[in-house]
Amino acid sequence: MVDKSKVGLSDEPATMPVERGKIREFARACQSTNPAYVDDPAPVAPPTFLTTVNFWSSGATSPLAQLDIDLRRLLHGGQEYVFHGPPPRAGTELTFQTRVDNIYEKEGRRGGTMTFVETVTEFRDTGGTLVAEARSTAIETGQAPTKES
Amino acid sequence: MAQSWETLTEGTKGPRREYGPLTRTDFVRYQGASGDFNPIHHDEEFAKSAGFPGVFSVGMLQAGILGCYCTDWLGADNIRHFVVQFREQVWPGDHLVCEATIRRRYEADGDRRVDLDLLVTRQESGGAAIKGEATFVVS
Repeated sequence: MVDKSKVGLSDEPATMPVERGKIREFARACQSTNPAYVDDPAPVAPPTFLTTVNFWSSGATSPLAQLDIDLRRLLHGGQEYVFHGPPPRAGTELTFQTRVDNIYEKEGRRGGTMTFVETVTEFRDTGGTLVAEARSTAIETGQAPTKES
Repeated sequence: MAQSWETLTEGTKGPRREYGPLTRTDFVRYQGASGDFNPIHHDEEFAKSAGFPGVFSVGMLQAGILGCYCTDWLGADNIRHFVVQFREQVWPGDHLVCEATIRRRYEADGDRRVDLDLLVTRQESGGAAIKGEATFVVS
């Protein structure tokens, strides 16, 4: 069971360089051949690219890691990105910080009690301007989820 | 590639596009690219120990496909908001269909904007794998 006292928990800010090769790799893994991603020498990031922040965060101190969610019972419920202008381009350096924004429970149809954990990551440029926000909803199911859940 | 304000009226649909069949290699490739190495998407024994018939796709793979699908239509620089809810899981061999419909066309903060309804359907079940929304600025 997820500890609800973890709401508000955040990690230390860290930095993430937005890189051309990473954007190309990511776009191709998303089955895109858009020249804006794969050919432009300073490509803009695809809509869900900021998920690669995984490579720049410290796994041990990430708020989600501290919740001790069992991977066998973890579902990704939803994901949201807000961009306060065009998405960041290769060559940009972003500072990011993640916080646990909300934890709540719902009764599932088959999976028992489901615990929802919403985390928000803010991305700022070197001038401190907020350029993007990511909101992730993780679900810990009460038992192994069924195919339809 | 980018569409004009005049043609993007409410109810306009983006080009329907099919993907797949998705393979385990597609899942692994996405996991390597994204940095999400949850073994439930590539380790059959782990997936079965969790009560699943086998490995299944990373939700963020189909979300990534959908994101690039709609920026192919309305421009990579123009997206301002993208949100998805994950519904049915996606399995090896599945075919996906991406669709987008303009729900609202308006001006805000000096920009011309459109809000889209987004849908990823599994051809195997006819059910939704993802329901989503996006906002684009239009020049």
